[in-house]
Parts: sequence; structure tokens; C-alpha cells
Amino acid sequence: MTDTRLRDHHGPWYGPYGGVYMPEPLMAAIDELTACYEQCRTDPAFQAEFARLSRDYTGRPSLLTEATRLSEQAGARILLKREDLNHTGSHKINNVLGQALVAQRLGKTRLIAETGAGQHGVATATAAALFGMECVVYMGEVDTERQALNVARMRLLGATVVPVTSGSRTLKDAINEGLRDWVANVDTTHYLMGTVAGPHPFPEMVRDFHRAIGEEAREQTIAMTGGLPDAVLACVGGGSNAMGIFHAFLDDAGVRLIGLEAAGDGADTERHALSIERGAPGLLHGMRTYLLQDEDGQTLESHSISAGLDYPGVGPEHAWLNDIGRAEYLPVSDAEAMDAFLALTRAEGIIPAIESAHAVAGALRLAKEQPGSTLVVSLSGRGDKDVATAGRWFDMLDEGAQQQ
Amino acid sequence: MSREQAPSTTEAAIRATGNRALIGYLPVGYPDQATCVEAVVALAEAGFTAVELGVPYSDPGMDGPVIQAATQATLERGFRLEELFQTLEAISARTDIPLLVMTYWNPVLRYGVDRFAQRFAAAGGAGLITPDLTPENAAEWLAAAERHGLDRVFLAAPSSSDARLDAVIDASTGFVYTVSTMGTTGTRADVDQAARQLADRIAVRAETLGRDTLRCVGVGISTGEHVRQVLDYADGAIAGSALVRALGEGGVPALRELAASLALGTLDGGPATPAPAEKGIPA
Repeated sequence: MTDTRLRDHHGPWYGPYGGVYMPEPLMAAIDELTACYEQCRTDPAFQAEFARLSRDYTGRPSLLTEATRLSEQAGARILLKREDLNHTGSHKINNVLGQALVAQRLGKTRLIAETGAGQHGVATATAAALFGMECVVYMGEVDTERQALNVARMRLLGATVVPVTSGSRTLKDAINEGLRDWVANVDTTHYLMGTVAGPHPFPEMVRDFHRAIGEEAREQTIAMTGGLPDAVLACVGGGSNAMGIFHAFLDDAGVRLIGLEAAGDGADTERHALSIERGAPGLLHGMRTYLLQDEDGQTLESHSISAGLDYPGVGPEHAWLNDIGRAEYLPVSDAEAMDAFLALTRAEGIIPAIESAHAVAGALRLAKEQPGSTLVVSLSGRGDKDVATAGRWFDMLDEGAQQQ
Repeated sequence: MSREQAPSTTEAAIRATGNRALIGYLPVGYPDQATCVEAVVALAEAGFTAVELGVPYSDPGMDGPVIQAATQATLERGFRLEELFQTLEAISARTDIPLLVMTYWNPVLRYGVDRFAQRFAAAGGAGLITPDLTPENAAEWLAAAERHGLDRVFLAAPSSSDARLDAVIDASTGFVYTVSTMGTTGTRADVDQAARQLADRIAVRAETLGRDTLRCVGVGISTGEHVRQVLDYADGAIAGSALVRALGEGGVPALRELAASLALGTLDGGPATPAPAEKGIPA
């Protein structure tokens, strides 16, 4: 192998993972996007415009908050990387603004996106409004029901939300529908992939647009504690916030990188979204990666209380980091995530997205194993969208008050 | 660039029609295993040149709504890959028209590429059409296809560059699957025009490469007149969704009826055109 830094690794291949497995009708668009992104990556004008938007529109850098009361309860020093404070309420805006700039350079006037929890859809609809572009968001019918507020937010922003009724009616089917739209409308349309998945250049490009999360967190941690953390934790569905925060720490050998996958009903049940732990290498959505699949290579449905983690695949760079042992991927069940959701809310007055609560749960668990350690947690989104789900889970809604 | 290929039964069957081939697509196992066999036999009896069976897949990114609904229903009733091989065996016992299979790649990868090719060839399959496997990712498949004497049909699209068309032409045997996509506002005439231009481009590239590549076109063909229009510029017309809809709504009798009307489009007597054997020279 080479002795280059992990941080310098580029696509399309991450070990045996990644690649470009797309139908011929989309190959020209992929080639065009790859060439354009290569230019953008090194173009100072592009980088300056992206930095300006990140600062003046998103609100970067995001804070690093020491969770003092939660730390006391947990027995470790827990630092929260506050992506929940970004405009639109999650890390998703970082990638969306970057790709909207790329789309603008490509001369595209229409953005399409898939969304699970709705955070990426809201961010894309936001960018479309900001850039004066048309926007269509594909969302599994199941998810439009459990994330009704985000559907309304997208519509307010002027986007068309298309409920997807095929397959398992969740995130993976929304991606299929988005790809179908792209095949038909590739001349005018940019497919704005919301995670570090799909064919190259998406995994690399999306990671790069989220890289600031880790770069800021690393500096802020050193400034706050005088050194590097013992571990960095993030939830992993497709894995964009995790790749964003891991990236700056990849070559810091002493820092454990821990991705928390959604274990749904539990790691010992058949209802989970543990792509790395329980999946096998295969093809989905244009990439080779770990995948929940049956003996015939049919993709299996994933299960999680969190729509944003309800995905049977994972970004190829995560698959590779797992295989080479640089990152670990551990399960967190619905119940464990919801306990952490409440613990953080009550201890710090911060309501996390249920996705992010998986990372908090991982930190609380690690704190027991390594008391006194310093843990950086990616708080990838805020929980406003999850209030109805949490209200039901904890039985806190008054009779007849269920929001629909 | 020209290289010796194993003789292709698909190619021979298309040439035997005077390059006026008609190919039908049906999902394997739809609406059930026995009816699927009868349906394919019905297409053969109606004069179809070859049949392409689609493998139901959980994530069919390239299929339109009609085919998607049919394959999803087939998966929901419990379709397993083993049924594909059984169906191929049952059809092969009744007709000898070439049986192609269109499959997304993950099921083949999971089964094992060479193992799949071996089993597929033994069951009577002629070759694979691979919508999400492009030539640059196909080394393992090309080797297996060679070993087991199978056709490998790759897709060409209006957006494909000349370099990409060259790779598709070079890697394909049997024919090149010429697709044309319909945008949300596209009319049939636009789609037909795009397919015609692509078929002409493929002919030019093939001639440059010293290849005599056959081009079959699938563009939402639902009438005999559509078939006639496509055969004006291509070597074969591929009908899919219309057949699937007929089979789903009216069973084998309705399929038989539609198949007969599509087959009328293969007869000569359309608009005056150059002799089909002289294909490859754009107008």
C-alpha cells in the first residue's frame, strides 16, 4: 500500500468500494459533473464563493458546545459539534450550497433530490429558492407521513414534493425515483445527492462540502481542551455528517472514529439498518458498498425510528474505513437513541434530531467504558422535526393533540 | 479492433429476418411462472425474433411505471432467482427463439458471475442485457460470457460520447440496445428522432471500427406502425411496456392479439427505404 495520508484519498475507488455503476443514459452527466467538480475543487473563485455562503448564509463556523451537565452524568467530557445551529437546522445545508454552486456552473436550472427525514429536502429547497432554481424532492410515502412538518417546509420554499409509493416507500426508493427523473431530464437537471453515497463523484464531493465540520471541530477541541479528543462519534445512515467530521481526524491515529448505525428494534432482530455490521458487499445506487441484501441480491428493507438513517447501504468510504480498521461502526437501537434524546434534552436544553441522538447514545455508552475521556459528538441536526415522533414515543401528547 | 466472436444465435436470428427483427420484453415470473412460459411461447408463435426476460429487482432504476409495478408484484409473490432458470428451461423445451435476459447487476454479482453464466447457459439462455453495467465495469462478465458462449448486450444512449459508443460497440455481441429516453415534455416524434440519430451514429462508429453491429431500438413501441417506423432506421424494434400491460390486463389472449398487430409492422410495404441489409449509411 502507499504511505499517503488517508485525508488525501480521492475517489472513485475506496479500496474495493465506490466506483461508477450507472446506466449508460446517465454516464454523460456523470462525466460532465466529474469534470466540473475537478475544476471547482481547485478554483479559488469557487472556493471563495462557497466559503462566503458558508459564513454569511449557513452561519459557519458552527459552535463546539461543552455539554457540562451531560458530561457530569455520563462521566466523560462530551463536546457537541453544533451542526443543529446551521441555517435549516442540520449539516445538510453545507453540501447543498456546494452542489447548487456546481449546478449553476453546469448551467442547470432544476434541482432534484431524495430525502429521508426531510432535512436534505428542506436544505435543497432552500438552496433552490436562494439560487432561483426549480426544485423537485422525492420522498418515500412512509417518510412524508412521519415527517409531515418538513413536507410543509419544502412546499413553503416553493419545492414540489413527490411522495414515492414504490418498493419500501422510504429513502432508497426515493433515490430510485430521483435517478429516474434524472435520466429523463438530464439536460436541465442536477441530481443533488444528499449523502456520501451514489456513484463517483458524489461520495467525494459531498464529503468535501462537509469537511469543514471536522476541520472546525478539530481546531475548536484543541483550543478548548489543549489537545485532540479520544474519540469522535457520529451517526451513519449514508454517512455524510460522519464523513464530514471524521475527515479532519483520519490521520490522527490516537483518535477513535466511531460511526453509530441504526439498530432499529435491536441488533439481534431482523428490523434494523446495520449496513456495515450485517450487510455484504454489493451494488446499490451506482456504487459498490456494504448493503443489506438477501441471497438473491435483492436489497432488503431497513428499519429505524429515524427516517434519516433508514437506508440499507452506506457511503463507500465508510465501507473502506471499516475494512482497514480506521473507523468502527457500532449499533444503537431505537430505544437507546430515544433515551439519549431525552437525556441530552433534559441535561442541556438541546433537542437533537433523532438521527443525532444515535451519536449521543454512542457517547454515553463509550463514557461508561472509558470514564474521563474526551468525546466529540456530531450533533448533526436539531429535533424540531421529531417532536411528534418523540411525543408519541414518550407518551407526552395530550389526547387529540396529535399533529397531522 | 475487429475481433472474432463466438457465433451469436441472437445475431443470426436478427439477420434471418432481413434485419427487420421484433423483440419482446416480459418480466420473468409475471403474472406467475406458468403464465410467463405461455406468454413467451405466444410471442414466438406470433413471429417475434427474440424475447427478453426481465429479472424482477428491488431497485429498478431504469424501468418505467408499468414494468416496475409488474416486477414489484412478482417479487411480492415470492419470486426467487431459481425460478428464472426453471422458466428458461421450460421455454427452451417449447421454442428455440433466442432468450435474452435483462438484469440489474447485483443479483448476478451475488450469485457469482461465472456461476450465473454457467447456469444460465445450461438453462438455454442466449445472453444478458445489463442496464446498470457499462463496459468499463464488465471485465468479469465479458470473460464469463466468452467462456459460456453468451451474448452481452450493452446500452447506448443519445447522450453517449463517440468514445463511449465505441466501447459499447466493441463489448457488445448480438446487438447494441439503443435506448432513448422521453423527458416529461417529450413527444413520441422527438423520441423517435433521437433514436434514429443514435442508430445512425452507431452505424458510423461501427463502420469506423470495422464492425457490422446490429442496432435494436426500444422507445415506447406500442403499435405496428411504431414498429414499422423503427425498422425504417434500425435492425430491430423492442416492445416492452405495452406487452406487459396487455398481459397484466387481458392475460395471454390479449398479449397474443397485441403481438400479432405489432408483428404486422415487420412486414415490408412501409415507406420506401433502402434495403435493410445496407444499413449503416446515414441518410
